[in-house]
Amino acid sequence: MSKKVQVQTTINGEEVEFLCEPRHSLLEVLRDNIGLTGAKEGCNNGNCGACNVIMDGRLVNSCCVLGVEVDGCDIQTIEGVGSPVQLHPLQQKFLEHAALQCGICTPGFIVSAKALLDKNPNPTEHEVRYWLAGNLCRCTGYDKIIRAVLDTAEEMR
Amino acid sequence: MATNGYKVIGTRPIRHDGVDKVTGRAIYGADIQLTGLLYGAILRSPHPHARIKNIDTSRAESHPGVRAVATAEDLPQAADKLQDLGESIVNLRDASNNVLAYGKVLYKGHAVVGVAATSLHVAQEALELIDVEYEILPHVTWVMDAMKDDAPILHEDMKTTSMGEETDKVSNIANHFQHKIGDPDKGFAEADVIVEREFTTQTVHQGYIEPHNATAKWNEEGQLTLWTSTQGAFMVRDQLIEILKIPVSKVKVVPLEIGGGFGGKTSVYGDPVAAVLSKKTGHPVKITMTRDEVFEGTGPTPASYIKVKMGVTNDGRITAATTYMAYEAGAYPGSPVGAGAGCIFSPYDIPNAQIDGYDVCVNKPKTNAYRAPGATNAAFAPETVIDEICEKIGMDPLEFRIKNAAKEGSRRVDGPVHPRIGCIETTEAAKNSDHYNTPLEKSIDGKLRGRGVASGYWFNFNGGKSAISVSVNSDGTINMLEGSTDIGGSRASISMQLAETIGLEATDINPQVVDTDSIGYTDVTGGSRTTFGTGYAAHATGQALIREMKERASKLWDVPADAIDFSDGVFSYKDEEKKRGTFKDLAKQAGDTGGPIVAQVSTNPDGSGGGAFATHICDVEVDPDTGKVDVLRYTAVQDVGTAIHPSYVEGQMQGGVVQGIGWGLNEEYIYNDAGVMTNANFLDYRMPTTLDTPMIETILVEVPNVAHPYGVRGVGEVPIVPPPAALSNAIYHATGQRLRDLPMSPPRVQSALAKNGE
Repeated sequence: MSKKVQVQTTINGEEVEFLCEPRHSLLEVLRDNIGLTGAKEGCNNGNCGACNVIMDGRLVNSCCVLGVEVDGCDIQTIEGVGSPVQLHPLQQKFLEHAALQCGICTPGFIVSAKALLDKNPNPTEHEVRYWLAGNLCRCTGYDKIIRAVLDTAEEMR
Repeated sequence: MATNGYKVIGTRPIRHDGVDKVTGRAIYGADIQLTGLLYGAILRSPHPHARIKNIDTSRAESHPGVRAVATAEDLPQAADKLQDLGESIVNLRDASNNVLAYGKVLYKGHAVVGVAATSLHVAQEALELIDVEYEILPHVTWVMDAMKDDAPILHEDMKTTSMGEETDKVSNIANHFQHKIGDPDKGFAEADVIVEREFTTQTVHQGYIEPHNATAKWNEEGQLTLWTSTQGAFMVRDQLIEILKIPVSKVKVVPLEIGGGFGGKTSVYGDPVAAVLSKKTGHPVKITMTRDEVFEGTGPTPASYIKVKMGVTNDGRITAATTYMAYEAGAYPGSPVGAGAGCIFSPYDIPNAQIDGYDVCVNKPKTNAYRAPGATNAAFAPETVIDEICEKIGMDPLEFRIKNAAKEGSRRVDGPVHPRIGCIETTEAAKNSDHYNTPLEKSIDGKLRGRGVASGYWFNFNGGKSAISVSVNSDGTINMLEGSTDIGGSRASISMQLAETIGLEATDINPQVVDTDSIGYTDVTGGSRTTFGTGYAAHATGQALIREMKERASKLWDVPADAIDFSDGVFSYKDEEKKRGTFKDLAKQAGDTGGPIVAQVSTNPDGSGGGAFATHICDVEVDPDTGKVDVLRYTAVQDVGTAIHPSYVEGQMQGGVVQGIGWGLNEEYIYNDAGVMTNANFLDYRMPTTLDTPMIETILVEVPNVAHPYGVRGVGEVPIVPPPAALSNAIYHATGQRLRDLPMSPPRVQSALAKNGE
């Protein structure tokens, strides 16, 4: 077992310090060390997007980032995008449009869509589809997800 | 307010578990943390077929951090026993050997040894230190090769069952069955046009985003608790008690949220291994699969070979149809060929037909159910043959389908007679749709466009056991416990049926999916049965609550209970102003009328009610240079019975269509000559993304199911059935080439288009 490394970071606006092995991914750290299980492991190689988080303003697959790499970084996870008492407009629209079925991909989609709307508050359908092509959903056929994101953008403008 | 005469049914409330799922708070199987938790990993066979000569785990066991190992020697050999899983049948000895291989490995990825360690990384390191000595055997990974006389044999003791009788022949063919109706030879003699074609489909995976997981805690009293993501907690319990040989009262299965199943989460894999490792270590043990393990070590749906022959008259009447269907079961018998046979011709009223089905073992993972199991493979064949026939006789393909449509009283080739169904209504709605009546515009950049249609049928399981337990709160809201795991909004659809029955709002019901100790036996969420079957129980629960509430009102008003009326959500006695109240009004007074109001109901409907029909229309654009097929427009039309929550009905249809598009255009297990899957990841196993799909239009045709109090018809499965055929027909109308082998991926389309130049 390799020696653990101390890492200081900001997660969802709070300073967080943790120890992890150099081989631990950010996803493992979030889920196993910090107890933030909203990011999901679907593939562990960057193909499904279920683990997506925003790192220093950039959308990343947390399974493809090492825990030690986030020292000094600002991380936003699904737990930092709205809360049960104050939902983010994306979360509200996902509910209203029935844009989730099993829900396992939903945190990743919402984090990805938030990263899109942060950069581009007025996306076309094609831009939404292009941006979200890194997130796999096997239940919905995407229709209601795309509508929810477009509707959110319209409401937030 | 709904427009169908109901107050709750047909509305679109926000689902009860929605907030937890959009905020990341919902707890799925892999999210559970327990004190002292160990992490498990599984060593899997690198060979598709080999005898296990020896397993040496000593180096792994002495690796720091390793707490225990488990092999098949740690599992009591489950005796032969068949268990009905709702969508598929499983032999429990085979299930045990599939969990940890005994004697032989039968596919690449077959589980051999389990390890528990203090971390997942340590457990994975330990796998490298296990020495397994294999005697490699010849393998076979295609159904038609496996049926040959000189094929490598997977099970030396398996004799072919033919037409219901066991024969002396040892072969990979587990079963051959036949269904026959009328006289096919006579029917073909009456035909003006006969078309006979061969089709192949490849192995595809359900592709749920959440890998399988299981966390087991075996305590000193021999009590096993297992947390998992499953389509059926009781099904998991049934399999655990058989594979582990422990009493049913000693096992509690706790279903956590499930991240997709589509039929694939109706079997145990790591669950018994985690249990054995927990027993050995005295610690809870969690096993979660990696994505490649999901592909290689769970149950995809079979590859298949299907030959179909159909005869029609020049005026478009089907006179005869025959088919030869050979499905891969995978390593152990039990493909869905039987289900495929029951669906293949069932949208049609055919006087003369014969179906021969073969269930064949190959060196691939044991197949499992996948959304209308067997029916998508099956429909691909006749639905494209019909398109060809329609072109020959010059008839509109939807007109042809309406003319030959199955209706109440039509006999399926496999025996049952259709009750009231919506096959004609569905096809007519497709014919009248905006999509079908909007001409397809030509491409401006040299790409080829075409439109195709196809239909499909799935039985729906209009039965099965469901239990519901409710307690009424002092404000009249209701805590509702159920045993059906919620894959896609069934908490909402079941709550809505209870609310409708007793005159409450959907939000007045607090539904909870609970463990196997806390609710009566409930069958799997599968077979499109949950909104039907557990909704049936919810309606019965509502009726029980109404009876109880009348008793309570009878005490308050001092009138006979049977003189109390309940309508429009109000209990009343004659026209007396002081003797009337809603469910909530009366619930507030429960303390004065006998204490808490509770009800427990279990139901097991008889299975009648009829199946689901779908007709799809799709427009494609084919790039002649690359062979890539883009779906431009897609409309799914379906008889959904009564749509309880229309948004989630549409969602089932849209999701099924997109899975069907993936199956039709890209998805396949690609095997090399060594019998190894070469694309066991989401990059190379190409499921549709947002960029690959258009919006999916839906048309809900509501022909109420006569076997359900609210007319519920299962909706989840049939939408996956028509897409590959609809796509193939569309590609033909775009390019002039008929593709009869799935998937219709760019290389296949390209090589088909090359024929245009010949």
